[in-house]
Amino acid sequence: MASDNEIILRMEHINMFFPGVKALKDVTFNLRRGEIHSLMGENGAGKSTLIKVLTGVYAKTSGDIIYCGNHINPKSTLESQQIGISTVYQEVNLCQNLTVAENIYIGREPRGRFGAIDWRKMSNDAQKLLKNSLGIDIDVNQTLSFYPVAMQQMIAIARAIDTRCKILILDEPTSSLSDKETEKLFSIMRDLRDTGISIIFISHFLEQIYAICDRITVLRDGEYVGEYDVKTLPRIELISKMMGKEIKEGEIETTQSKSKARESVFLSTEHLTVPGKVKDLTMNIHEGEVIGLAGLLGAGRTEIAESLFGLNQATSGTIEVEGVKVSVKSPMDMMDRRVAFCPEDRKSAGVFGDLSVRENIMIALQAKNGMFKHMPRAKQNELADYYIDLLRIKVSDREQMLSNLSGGNQQKVIIARWLATQPSLLILDEPTRGIDVGTKTEIEALAVSLAREKGMSVVFISGEMGEMVRTCSRILVIRDHVKITELAEDEISEAHIMQAIAGDYHGHA
Amino acid sequence: MDMLKRFSRSSLALPLAALAILLLFNAIFVDDFFKIQMMDNGNLYGRPIDILHRCSSLIIIALGMTFVIATGGVDISVGAVIAISSATCCVMLGGDISGIPHHPFALAILCSLGVGILAGLWNGLLVAKFKIQAMVATLILMTAGRGIAQLMTDGQIITVYYKPFAWIGDNIPGVMVPTAMIIALAMILLVVLLDRKTSIGLMIQAVGINPVASRYAGIKVTAVLFAVYVFSGFCAGTSGLIEGSLIRAADANNAGLNMEMDAILSVTLGGTLMIGGRYFIGGTIIGAITIQTLTTTMYALGVPSDCLPAVKAVVILLIIVFQSEKFKQMFREYRMRKDQLKSGGKGGKEAANV
Repeated sequence: MASDNEIILRMEHINMFFPGVKALKDVTFNLRRGEIHSLMGENGAGKSTLIKVLTGVYAKTSGDIIYCGNHINPKSTLESQQIGISTVYQEVNLCQNLTVAENIYIGREPRGRFGAIDWRKMSNDAQKLLKNSLGIDIDVNQTLSFYPVAMQQMIAIARAIDTRCKILILDEPTSSLSDKETEKLFSIMRDLRDTGISIIFISHFLEQIYAICDRITVLRDGEYVGEYDVKTLPRIELISKMMGKEIKEGEIETTQSKSKARESVFLSTEHLTVPGKVKDLTMNIHEGEVIGLAGLLGAGRTEIAESLFGLNQATSGTIEVEGVKVSVKSPMDMMDRRVAFCPEDRKSAGVFGDLSVRENIMIALQAKNGMFKHMPRAKQNELADYYIDLLRIKVSDREQMLSNLSGGNQQKVIIARWLATQPSLLILDEPTRGIDVGTKTEIEALAVSLAREKGMSVVFISGEMGEMVRTCSRILVIRDHVKITELAEDEISEAHIMQAIAGDYHGHA
Repeated sequence: MDMLKRFSRSSLALPLAALAILLLFNAIFVDDFFKIQMMDNGNLYGRPIDILHRCSSLIIIALGMTFVIATGGVDISVGAVIAISSATCCVMLGGDISGIPHHPFALAILCSLGVGILAGLWNGLLVAKFKIQAMVATLILMTAGRGIAQLMTDGQIITVYYKPFAWIGDNIPGVMVPTAMIIALAMILLVVLLDRKTSIGLMIQAVGINPVASRYAGIKVTAVLFAVYVFSGFCAGTSGLIEGSLIRAADANNAGLNMEMDAILSVTLGGTLMIGGRYFIGGTIIGAITIQTLTTTMYALGVPSDCLPAVKAVVILLIIVFQSEKFKQMFREYRMRKDQLKSGGKGGKEAANV
């Protein structure tokens, strides 16, 4: 804990305008020396904007930043780094094709005689740094891409600490980490805090906030809501502060009753095999059911979804849609049979940042219709407005660039894109990752209601067990690219899923 | 006022402003710049006509280039394709001093266009199918193209005496407007129709912005890439006819020389970014006209032709800097500061404390 209450950073009356949008309105943020302070808020609340103002990515419109007693006005991330404010982003912002040591010392390489880079010292220093500060012992002369994302995250943190920072900003560092890796990260964070570094921690996982943070600042719609001690703020109250409405205990835990599968099978696979991705998969997807794919990260859930959508080509086995065998060569083959797929990696596989919300919504339907059957503009507008309204997408108007929307709203736009194609099977791969609690609940409820009311089949993939338990009417458990077992509705519970993954539970199947 | 404000935010504002300044300069310093006369044979004549006439073939290849650049690629082979196309036409018509063509004129035109499309297919094959970087893929034809044209003409400059061939670069007897302008206008119409009445524009932009997401959205990325390179080849084939007709000869070494660079410049002057994505047809056309206006202005002012590239470079540098994001941002900040001072804001205090 903080040894004293000295405030190291004071951000006062921060205002920030984007063209046409007021992103931050009179926001206040105080950070003490040696504390872990969480910045909380729904997507679009202004967390990232505030951080970007602090690190000099954006220039604030007005307000004061007082750091160690001085007014500062950083104009670039380099400038903020030099005065001791370092950031580790959600997506690792290191160079994949440089070595670990190069990544740590890039821009400040140790120099030897004649100004030449002292490579040996560089790798020794890197080795020592990783070992002493984070307890990691790896070959620092390997390229970064050799290591998994979790390790890359640690390396990014090592780099941040080594620039002698006083403030370390961690923007959703845990979204790609396993529980074990997260625990490791937390113990490192505690050690850093004890040496007097202040940490700003952004995460959507409430458990993690309560496990690691000392204090919380809540933002909502670009406005400052308040600053709280973690110990005295019950979770339910935190959520209601973030959402701006009262919630009764348990409300976000329960969705409406689940959807019941109908008799008829929409899609079935038999001994489907995609080398290295899917092994001998036989399954049925009924109309009107939400079917979950559970398993650890890398178990092959996404690969199955991709294969069902025609992104991977099977070497053996068959896919049948409504009893008719389909030869699948490209996504269009499955789109023609009313299958839709919201990919896991929203940013790289879903979002067209520089296209408008309207264009992002209409594009899959247009691709399906063919480019010479151009939708008239009025029809496009109607389509966009309908889904903006239906999914309650927060936009200023339909011509807004998608990149200006928050993550949750971008996700909704991509779901809208697929709903517009009128699918009979909707595959949602991690639809709620990195999304605020409110939107998350909405998306879960949407999946269930589409299945129940429209008879749509929904394949739901999520790394969060609770979410799967809440939404799915049947769960396939996947391990090492193989379906181990199926859990019927009355067997679905977190404990059963875990046991099944571990191989101790086999269900009725 | 409101309309002016809306216009100043539109994507065409900056390219148009640059052209307007250039024209204003001409109006002041060049006598009779805007004068258009009717010649004895009924043809229009004057500097504005001259500019539009001379930039017709540039506009045409720049249209093709716009689509290619919007997908995130580039086609640097168009200059060489122009040489091949004009060589094809000249070889087919033959260099008979009697003026009798070896093959029908229509067939020669079709072959030239066909050769352009063939070149586009080759580029498309390399970029879309074999996933070779566009710059490298089209570099192959850029270097090989002139060699191919040389082979076709046996290294000679073939002069065509067949009269109608000259009509493409000049006027068709009895038509006031130069033929090249009419062809360019037709190509512009075609592109605008493609842009408005089909979704190809949306697909091109989508592929340029995010090829992975495009594939996931069901867009046939390979087909879109193929299409833009084929279209660019077709445009270059058309320009080749004009360029050949202007000098009434096949000059494998000089036809369309460096025109790929002018085409790229037209596209960027028009506001389309080299990384792909959003494209601006109108901007491209204005960009091409700007480049030609600049050249004509220099000649009118008597700038020696060997200094021309240097002067041109300086002016283009200015235009590009004015259009850059950084400059726009600086301008916005300047305006904001001015507004703040007016309202008695406290902008000064922070600055002093940095």
